[in-house]
Amino acid sequence: MNVGTRKILDRSFTAVGIGSIVVMGIALLIVIVPIVFNGMGSVFFTGTIEHRNMLYNEFGKGNSDVLARENAAAGAYRREIYSMLSKFEAELESMEPEKQQELRAQYGPVRTALQALFGPLPGDPEAVLTRYKYGQTRWDKAQEKLHEFLYEAKWDYSDPNAMAKEYFVSRAAGFEGTSLVKLFPYVEKNLDRLLRPEFTVYWGFLTDSSVDSHIFGGIWPEIQGTFFLAVGAMLFAFPLGVIAAVYFTEYAQDGFFTSMLRSANSTLAGVPSIVFGLFGLAFFINTLKVSESKSVLAGSLTLAIMILPTIIRAAEEAILSVPKTYKEASLSLGSTKWNTIMTVILPAALPGILTGGVISLGRAAGETAPIIFTAAVSVGSAIGLADVFSSPTPALSWNIYNLASEHEAAAEIRHVQYGMVLALVGIVLLLNLSAILLRARISKKLKG
Amino acid sequence: MTADGRETSSKEPVKTATRDIYLPSERKKISGGGTPHVQAKDFSIYYGEFEAVKKVNADILSKYVTAIIGPSGCGKSTFLRAINRMNDLISSCRTTGALLFDGEDIYGKFTDEVLLRKKIGMVFQKPNPFPKSIFDNIAYGPRLHGMNDRKQLAEVVERSLRKAALWDEVSDRLDRNALGLSGGQQQRLCVARALAVEPEILLLDEPTSALDPKATAKIEDLIQELRGSYTIMIVTHNMQQASRVSDYTMFFYEGVLVEYAPTAQLFTNPKDRMTEDYITGRFS
Repeated sequence: MNVGTRKILDRSFTAVGIGSIVVMGIALLIVIVPIVFNGMGSVFFTGTIEHRNMLYNEFGKGNSDVLARENAAAGAYRREIYSMLSKFEAELESMEPEKQQELRAQYGPVRTALQALFGPLPGDPEAVLTRYKYGQTRWDKAQEKLHEFLYEAKWDYSDPNAMAKEYFVSRAAGFEGTSLVKLFPYVEKNLDRLLRPEFTVYWGFLTDSSVDSHIFGGIWPEIQGTFFLAVGAMLFAFPLGVIAAVYFTEYAQDGFFTSMLRSANSTLAGVPSIVFGLFGLAFFINTLKVSESKSVLAGSLTLAIMILPTIIRAAEEAILSVPKTYKEASLSLGSTKWNTIMTVILPAALPGILTGGVISLGRAAGETAPIIFTAAVSVGSAIGLADVFSSPTPALSWNIYNLASEHEAAAEIRHVQYGMVLALVGIVLLLNLSAILLRARISKKLKG
Repeated sequence: MTADGRETSSKEPVKTATRDIYLPSERKKISGGGTPHVQAKDFSIYYGEFEAVKKVNADILSKYVTAIIGPSGCGKSTFLRAINRMNDLISSCRTTGALLFDGEDIYGKFTDEVLLRKKIGMVFQKPNPFPKSIFDNIAYGPRLHGMNDRKQLAEVVERSLRKAALWDEVSDRLDRNALGLSGGQQQRLCVARALAVEPEILLLDEPTSALDPKATAKIEDLIQELRGSYTIMIVTHNMQQASRVSDYTMFFYEGVLVEYAPTAQLFTNPKDRMTEDYITGRFS
């Protein structure tokens, strides 16, 4: 190959390499930026007075004097709305039945929209679910609700060949000629006086329990559950994995049995996680009966089985990468095999073993499928350490899925979901970072 | 240095590995010793079907230095490593015949290879200190064998380092990582580590092949220091080295012990034609 071709090849390889790294970086940004931006939105946001009321009533946070003053100020504006409503309702009674029926049909959605903004209206029965006790807690959501209050969404089916188009009709137009028509501009104009938006930093999102299936409150039970499950899995898998790796590298004779064990280990690493989940249900809960039903213990065991092959593989690699001369040196000093493993080989292999362990810990924290049937519940409070043998727990991974797909008010609490995703990504990232730091520290100590 | 390159320092010139053999008069007298310490009787080593060492018969005398020379792949390292059973690490390796240490069979059914290795120390081709502090490296062996008293350990460490002529260089940084030492220092550290368990025999497997001439000279001086206190066996590629440091020399060729004689005799008046060809450099 002549020099020119070689140079062209070199350059094109370099270009392709740089290109793929750039593409990867962009892809990462596209994923990470919305997660970080929206996730931060669950801690830093513009909260309304409803949020402060909710915090005070449900969590006992906030200053009651300040809150009372704020409520009084907002109440003055709200009373205006309530009086408009009662005036209109009185007006309705005096109308002829047909007109009355037509207006009532339009009036229902108006009341619902107002309830979504400001909470229960006078005359409403007392709310059973917490979510109906408060109006809109977030200012950005309040804007959406205001739009819903002002306009009715309708669908245009006129073109049979295209998808139906959404269009909006002003609700105010329907109440032309009644006293209610003044309500719409009033609410639109005074929304900030009615809800008193204020920039809020809600660290409680990370440390509070959730209220009414994540409509309000924080994600502490999920964070704690994830922590319990991942650490529990490590407690089982790490010692077992390291012992198995020592057996493979130091004790096992090369033979049919060992190669079968090794390929079994590789196969196990490739099994889809949902299979582990079902296995965990069938084996740990139904057969071994480690717990009555779902529990942290069963989930940890299932996760442990799932990450075991990775840990074994990482530990095996780490042990094999310890120079053979260390072993020779130790043995030549009259050390037993066991002593050599404990005092020379394992300490030298420790950085690699720990890295494998922490990566597995991250994986255990992020897996959903294995805990669906064995440990996770969608809503629950934080459990105590003594309950891990019998209680299921909410966990970040499962609740992210749950909020995305099964929650009845999923669209209302997207911010909670993003917050959970960010928390999970943050936890995994922190674990990996600590692994890198730990590794660097130990390597430095070993290298002198 | 002056312009004409002559040494102007008043100090004695540094001994280098290029000097001639230690004259017998330069060597210290050995009191005691000279009894067979390791005896090979029709001793063969096989790797699977391949016979690496063939029916060796030899007595290695205590307190003397015995060098093993021969071309690459002649089985000299294999023979050396058989003496403290380091070949056990290779699963396909087996032996026939007898190899006796103080009259006891090294490959006997009831021999404890751990105790054996405690008595027969070894230093390897490449310096291989553990990634621990200098102190911990030396103290590793004594700790293994049950010495835990810090003061006692410190004594052993100092004594071993002094024996290995390393004490003056490292006494102020015993807590530093041993991998920070130079290659020659590391190798002397390995000698000190082996001496710390108080072996009777010291096996040196090409201890200077990875070192520069200056470090090599230090190791050779060290061997002279230890001569008379330990039975030393050294495998070397370097015939000058063998002639400088050893009292007896074994010449291996293709697994056969061709000639085993006092060093001076082997190098000046070899009995075997093959030995003569090898030491005169007709093949290597």
